[in-house]
Amino acid sequence: MAKTVKIYSTPTCPWCIRTKQFLKDNNIIFEDFDVGSNQEKAEEMIKKSGQMGVPVVDIEGVIIVGFDKDKIKAALGI
Amino acid sequence: MYDLIIIGAGPAGITASVYAARKKMNFLVVTGDIGGQAAWSGDIENYTGYQFITGPELAIKFEEHMRKYNIPVKEKEEAKEIKKTGDLITVRSAKATYEARSVIIASGKKSRELGVPGEKEFKNKGLTYCATCDGPLFSGKDVAVVGGGNSALDAALQLIKIAKQVYIINNTAALGGDPLMRDKIVNAENASVLNSANITSILGDKMVSAVKIIQDGKESQLAVEGIFVEIGLIPNSGFAHDVEKNQVGEIKVNCNNETNIPGIFAAGDVTDVPEKQIIIAAGEGAKASLGAFKYLVSNKF
Repeated sequence: MAKTVKIYSTPTCPWCIRTKQFLKDNNIIFEDFDVGSNQEKAEEMIKKSGQMGVPVVDIEGVIIVGFDKDKIKAALGI
Repeated sequence: MYDLIIIGAGPAGITASVYAARKKMNFLVVTGDIGGQAAWSGDIENYTGYQFITGPELAIKFEEHMRKYNIPVKEKEEAKEIKKTGDLITVRSAKATYEARSVIIASGKKSRELGVPGEKEFKNKGLTYCATCDGPLFSGKDVAVVGGGNSALDAALQLIKIAKQVYIINNTAALGGDPLMRDKIVNAENASVLNSANITSILGDKMVSAVKIIQDGKESQLAVEGIFVEIGLIPNSGFAHDVEKNQVGEIKVNCNNETNIPGIFAAGDVTDVPEKQIIIAAGEGAKASLGAFKYLVSNKF
């Protein structure tokens, strides 16, 4: 079964756009939270990652900060 | 042994790689990231052929263009050292050492750091070098922008729409940058400019809670949750010890993109070429690649 993928991002962040593009290119379905407008999700992201930089990708509990192709691939097993 | 190694994959390095591929050179790209500063840019309206494109989109176009030629790219391998012995140039990264007859340094620039206590600890914990990326996380909070040039003004203008109060900490007597942007900041109700002020340290527990500043010889503390550092850029040229640089560390090149060392070329924002623009960096990359090709042919390598 496909893994649950969440991304915490802002609409203006270049690396968020590239991370989402990378997921799309690999046919990964993900849920996207705009932490600029969603305060609750912003706090959730800070709690999970211990920092405030975007993007943060949560792949079934594996937290990846920034656009890190290798870590995303490893966590997804692709 | 390669004909050419290109260090960096921003607009200059990628364009150099496309030209090298079309000359059928045996070469390699060694780089930390792909896209360089272009990937961090906001809206681009002066790259010919695109009336409007965003930085990330243009960076993707560049990468696609490079990938079309099946160019071997060593990503996440920043150059650590470059050395010429006889006719041979070695490029060392954290992972490997490569040998080539010629090299193009196109390693670009990076954000200048403050160099104060707390900076490293609080990076991404309230302190950021990218207002465009992280700005929206600070809605309704008090924040500080450090700097007084256009990039600082740009960050401040983005933040006054989002944050509660924006302090601009500028170490000169008056703000620089474009008068139009300055006026907008001076007229904003939630922005205050602190001139002749310097940050001495960053304070906080898990996240940033305040900055210590010194202004007119007096030390004070400013409660902020976000710090946006916009104090300019420095060239990524530290690894090129033997290459001649100017006072600010930019690699000196002539109009053929040659450095003081035959066989070592440089292009883009890491060089002393006037004007740092994506289109200029791309053009310089093309020149450097053709220059390297001529160098190889004329030396009969």
